[in-house]
Amino acid sequence: MQITIDEAKCCGAGQCVLVAPEVFDQRDEDGIVVLLDASPAAAQHAAVREAATICPAAAIQVRQ
Amino acid sequence: MTTAPLPPLPTRPPSGCPFDPPEGLDRLRAEEPLSKVALDDGTWAWLATRYADVRAILGDARFSSDTNTPGYPVSGMTGGGPRPGATRGFIRMDPPEHTRLRRMVTRDFMVKRVEELRPTLQKLTDELCDAMERVDRSEHPVDLVKALALPLPSLAISLLLGVPYEDHETFQRLTGALLSREISEEDRGAARAELLEYIDRLVESKKSEPGDDILSRLVTERYDKGELTHEDLVAFAVLLLVAGHETTANMIGLSALTLMLDRDTAGRLREDPALIRGAVEELLRFHSIIRNGPRRAALEDVEVGGQLIRKGEGVIVAVPSANRDEDVFPDAGRLDIRRPNAQHHVAFGYGIHQCLGQALARAELQVVITTLLRRFPTMRPAVPLEEIPFRTDMVIYGCHALPVTW
Repeated sequence: MQITIDEAKCCGAGQCVLVAPEVFDQRDEDGIVVLLDASPAAAQHAAVREAATICPAAAIQVRQ
Repeated sequence: MTTAPLPPLPTRPPSGCPFDPPEGLDRLRAEEPLSKVALDDGTWAWLATRYADVRAILGDARFSSDTNTPGYPVSGMTGGGPRPGATRGFIRMDPPEHTRLRRMVTRDFMVKRVEELRPTLQKLTDELCDAMERVDRSEHPVDLVKALALPLPSLAISLLLGVPYEDHETFQRLTGALLSREISEEDRGAARAELLEYIDRLVESKKSEPGDDILSRLVTERYDKGELTHEDLVAFAVLLLVAGHETTANMIGLSALTLMLDRDTAGRLREDPALIRGAVEELLRFHSIIRNGPRRAALEDVEVGGQLIRKGEGVIVAVPSANRDEDVFPDAGRLDIRRPNAQHHVAFGYGIHQCLGQALARAELQVVITTLLRRFPTMRPAVPLEEIPFRTDMVIYGCHALPVTW
């Protein structure tokens, strides 16, 4: 799995951090998404897909 | 050729079913998912009732949130829509201005910041519960709305905005008056003016004596550098207050009532507090308290769910309908705290305007519900359900009052 994020789109809702805290964080200065792990282990895949689905700004792209 | 008059926006749950969505939405979702509704000022707007269409509209930059965009359906909005001269909050703006302003306060509501606040939210909740326990209930029941649901979010937002402790009572009195239906329109107007004056003074005080709060930070980091005006600061404070108070307060009241009536679910939550996260998502989906929007105006012709929406036409999104869409939430009328996709709800909206304070709202609800279940296991309504006054007359649904005993 390969994750890319679009910081320009991110609106800082923080849903990805709630769903997959080991993969996503928020930047201290402005709450914008930080990708902690661009190719996470299989155990994280379901949570990452869920994060991409509920991201309100469609800022998370997932490639298998 | 004459055409039948358009129906109004559905707002009332069916009689005797206070937890159902406004009557008529189910039929529209099944038969006419994008329909036209008449507004009070004689105009009309599209009403979107399907989950997929609601997400498509709210996630599409071709739909504007700017109340000044031609065709924006302002009729019937909170406070009667935009007032001349009034500063709009960023919730009523489009990018790039929306992005610029929202990003100035995003960090204050990010997940890890809210987690730091959790012990304080617990302390505030415990203090309000302590006060409830001290009330002599032989005289009259406790109103859970007044005793807990309204003050907790008011105290939380006071903390974030940096309202000094000695002003909490004034702040709560004024914010409470705005939401009360027991006072006249005139008194409500006076309370609104007094609150605006108060916020104006609060902003002034942060300029001379900045503290550790959102307003102070905006003053030192933005106002002092000329990036924000005094009016912008007031608009920020008003938006954060309005958005974070009435909504959370009504979710607290409705959630508490739901669990008092659903003993099985309450029991399961009490035995396994880890279920609280999912339970809060499901309660948000189930109650969908925003009954009047969000709203948008089309900036160009856009097709949604097979329907062409023309440039300059207004759209109202029916959150309670989207969140009961059986295509997404099977058996949608049932409250199921283990529902696997409850968090797909659009109770906080969707798109770039999705609720900024959602992590805080979730934390407040998780703390309050868990605490009530633990400390007041026998709490129950003190009147029959049909005597509880529901807010069918307000844009945010809930209970005007919730008399309880235990």
